[in-house]
Amino acid sequence: MTSPRRVTPEPFVWLMFSAGGVVAALILPVLLVLFGVAIPLGWVEAPDHAHLLAVLRHPLTRLALFGVCALALVHAAHRLRFTVEHTFRLGRYDPAIATVTYGAAAAGAAAAAYLLLTAFG
Amino acid sequence: MISPLEARYYRRRMPLLWWAHRRSYAIFVLRELSSAFVALFIVELLLLVRATARGPAAYESFLDTMAHPAMIVLNLIALAFVLLHAITFANLTPRAMIVRLRGRRVPSRVVLAGVYAGWLLVTAFLAWLLVAA
Repeated sequence: MTSPRRVTPEPFVWLMFSAGGVVAALILPVLLVLFGVAIPLGWVEAPDHAHLLAVLRHPLTRLALFGVCALALVHAAHRLRFTVEHTFRLGRYDPAIATVTYGAAAAGAAAAAYLLLTAFG
Repeated sequence: MISPLEARYYRRRMPLLWWAHRRSYAIFVLRELSSAFVALFIVELLLLVRATARGPAAYESFLDTMAHPAMIVLNLIALAFVLLHAITFANLTPRAMIVRLRGRRVPSRVVLAGVYAGWLLVTAFLAWLLVAA
């Protein structure tokens, strides 16, 4: 006896969720400490523009940054989908909520790709 | 007595603020909310990239915006949530991933130590790349 196979994107979404959680956990704290707290408060000197531009111009940096942005956004979208549904008991609106959250993540990832591909000419 | 039919369709009513009544539930919801701050910081990061691409003046003005007290407060709150995310996600790893070495299961404490060592390595590398190099 095999159960009828249902094809759903859920396993793929959970995989992206997990990968996004890992990259967000690994990479975001140090960037947030630097650019959100330490540099604004003057504890650490800001990298000079030429250096940061050189780092960002490197294709590997941009590829990695795109991966981080896309995965972290899908992660956030996935979590927010269930947060909204569980916290406010809105499970019956799942199709609409999923469309909005993943749609926003896809739009963000597309914006990141566009920026990283075109802004450095 | 309720009939089997009634029992089948019975749904316990949950209060709207069900998660506020217990500490562990509240932490669960806070952890879930951390993802909103993850998304917020991704937006800040992309704005930094855009400002850097536009030139030194745009970069300086981005740094000035980030130095605004309201932005610092917002980023401190975001940092608390991002750390909550990072710590809860790291602590989950030994449960999500069973590592075997020569047929034996590596104890979860060792796996966890590996995760934190990796995190420290990535953090040190990024700090070096951005502000020390």
